Amino acid sequence: MMAWVHTLVFCMVFAFITPAGAVGVDAETLADPAQEHLAQSVMAQLRCLVCQNQSIVDSDAPLAADLRGLVRTRVAAGDTPKQVKDYLVARYGDWVLLNPPLKSSTVLLWAAPIAALLFGCIGIVFARLSRKSAAVLSKDDAEAADAILGGDH
Amino acid sequence: MSPLQRILVFAPFAVLIALVAVFALQLDDDPSILPSALIDQPVPAFSLDVLGSETGVDQTLFAAGDVTLINVFASWCQPCWAEHSVVADLAKNGVNIVGWAYKDTPEAIAGFLEDLGNPYSHVVLDEDGQAAINLGVYGAPETYVVDRAGVIRHRHVGALTPDIVREQLRPLIESLSS
Repeated sequence: MMAWVHTLVFCMVFAFITPAGAVGVDAETLADPAQEHLAQSVMAQLRCLVCQNQSIVDSDAPLAADLRGLVRTRVAAGDTPKQVKDYLVARYGDWVLLNPPLKSSTVLLWAAPIAALLFGCIGIVFARLSRKSAAVLSKDDAEAADAILGGDH
Repeated sequence: MSPLQRILVFAPFAVLIALVAVFALQLDDDPSILPSALIDQPVPAFSLDVLGSETGVDQTLFAAGDVTLINVFASWCQPCWAEHSVVADLAKNGVNIVGWAYKDTPEAIAGFLEDLGNPYSHVVLDEDGQAAINLGVYGAPETYVVDRAGVIRHRHVGALTPDIVREQLRPLIESLSS
């Protein structure tokens, strides 16, 4: 029991520890808090090209720091988040976006979960239908069963 | 079982086998090697100092009519030391190579070239790495093949080896030169 409580406390403590804010590492942030917030929301959508499965917010790779600086510069210059992302896509390709865009080459990617769900539903419906039909005896079968059981009912 | 049920029962296995096949084919791909977004586009505008020269250069350097390689390198980059002899061999065979000194000081670059020899026609100094972002560079070494009109035709990520030069770069350079 005590061990269980310890585990729970341990988990709760760690659940509230958030990464210490890698962005805080940057010496220069934008003076305007609204712009800084906007810049950081864009950074969170951009993949670190060196570490690949982190956003540039989470990465301390030198290139990620350079790209954070670039995002801040462009946001400060008045670029919209879309303009900043387009700028980087033109240089690094769609790969730089953590969220892949919907286009002909990614239709399969986006459609796969929906297709899986659809096939799952169809499967369940068929399974239900076949179980129901198995439970209903045909007239001949019912008479045969009655004959075997001695026709008590 | 009805034929439809039979299909439904075996569909998951078929999907599984298809997925295993797709994943098996992907195993050979190195996910750290990314395609360049700048293939078939001109070298983006830049303006950088040149090592040992008073005058800088810009993108017109690549529109001079020769097939040119851009070799992104730095003295802090271990694979760059490893590939240096391969780059030097290419230069010895008459290939015009521009060295793109990425996030490095002129002093360190000069020391690197003094130790190993200088195979480059120009060494452009991109000390803060900002110009390299326009080129889509995400590490060193990287090597770009630029055609006679200044259009990027190929990018190699990572150190060059004699095999890569023989099988990829040489045939491409020859076809672009003719």
